[in-house]
Amino acid sequence: MTTPHTNSAGGVAALTALVALALVLQVAFFPHLAWHGVVPNLCLLLVVGAALARGPQFGMLVGFGAGVLLDLAPPAEHVIGRWALALVVVGYVAGRVRTESAVLSSSGPRPPVVAVLATVAVCSLLGTSVFTLVGLLIGDLTAGFGEILAVIGASLVFDLLLTPFVLPVVLRLCAVTEPLSARA
Amino acid sequence: MSRPRIPQSARDSQGARDPGRHRPTALLVALVLASATLITLDYHRGPDSPMEPVRSAVGEVFGPVQAAGAGVARPFTAVPEWFTARSDLRREIAVLTSENSELRSKLTTSGVDRNRLAEYDALTTTAEQAGLALVPARVIGFGPAQAFSHTVTIDAGSKAGLRPDLTVLNGDGLVGRVIRVTKTTATVLLIVDVDSVVGARVGTSMELGFLRGRGVPGGDGRLDLELVDDSAIPGKGDAVLTWGSRDGAPYVSNVPIGRVTKVFTSVRDSAKRAVIEPYVDFTALDVVGVVVPSGTASDRAVIEADGSIQ
Repeated sequence: MTTPHTNSAGGVAALTALVALALVLQVAFFPHLAWHGVVPNLCLLLVVGAALARGPQFGMLVGFGAGVLLDLAPPAEHVIGRWALALVVVGYVAGRVRTESAVLSSSGPRPPVVAVLATVAVCSLLGTSVFTLVGLLIGDLTAGFGEILAVIGASLVFDLLLTPFVLPVVLRLCAVTEPLSARA
Repeated sequence: MSRPRIPQSARDSQGARDPGRHRPTALLVALVLASATLITLDYHRGPDSPMEPVRSAVGEVFGPVQAAGAGVARPFTAVPEWFTARSDLRREIAVLTSENSELRSKLTTSGVDRNRLAEYDALTTTAEQAGLALVPARVIGFGPAQAFSHTVTIDAGSKAGLRPDLTVLNGDGLVGRVIRVTKTTATVLLIVDVDSVVGARVGTSMELGFLRGRGVPGGDGRLDLELVDDSAIPGKGDAVLTWGSRDGAPYVSNVPIGRVTKVFTSVRDSAKRAVIEPYVDFTALDVVGVVVPSGTASDRAVIEADGSIQ
């Protein structure tokens, strides 16, 4: 097997549709339930799910794709590439959790709940922080320290709340679309 | 993360599944570099950015999808309104009635208020003479607070006669300005964004100043007013309006923005800074109007300054 991340065309289409759906929900629906404008980051959850199901390479590719879409889709108004970078890192870390942890890599498409929640928590903190830090570094963002911490904390809570609804779907979808050769 | 002990057999099967343990790292480096390239290309944002065509292309595709999504979501987001009890409505009516009578008595007793009203009437006439019209639109997407920029998408674009640097307002006051348009949607920079600067005028003293967003995700005191004249002190509760610029771009004049809630004196540069509470509730934006020149060709009904619909 040369490229473990190659997928059937249907799988790619399904994932793209899922990312687009996540984006629409994030922009059009969840703001009505938001706390001070902070919404759950569905795209990040998708990337974590993909990486947990298929490993770091797949996770990073999905992360890059979803990140670029997040950067480009209206009404985004930050420098393009910030979400892409953050979600690539998230895909890598979540994927390493799968390959490095004996529990996860041996459990197939149904990893234990606690491990998934812990991964989501770490990835949410990491993703939002990388996105924010890059913004601060390149001068694309001016916000107070306390405010940044509040937003990162709130998005962590939201992401954890949404995990039970999003992750099982993503894990199942990624396992189904996985080509036979990639199954150990 | 502490690395759990993996049995040799598990390691082997893992090696068979992931040929070459360096490959994830190589891909990580490649994708991080790709992201860094994107960031570098788009570093200066703005209309000259080489990424602008890509951004607008994605906007063209994603705009209608977003509008459809907002349409589907609207009945669900309206659900909390069903649970407004009759007693709540009665209480609301009582509050509004008392407020209304209070306002009415103020209007008839205070000469100052009457003068101000006459002044506002005169200003309205100016707006009519300037030949402005409103394109109605609905907000279909909100930028997340995680991005620390305050932008929304509206469902009117270049087909509706919109272009960048047009004023956006709603029934309460100034909302923001259009910064980017696609065929069917437009991105609006809200006045509470840190990048937003509005020329403003204090209603009672006619003093000029600059209004900056503080980028606070919610709550009170979301706008800062710095007056040009250091000696002028805005009073608490004073109304703040837009001052306007040539050809009404990006802001037309005399749109109400908010009222003064606090005044600070900075010891360092002896300037006065006032905190403004905007009239618009930015967390619950729905129907907005975009100010366009009268007679603009549009794909929808345009509301002219005299109230007629074209």
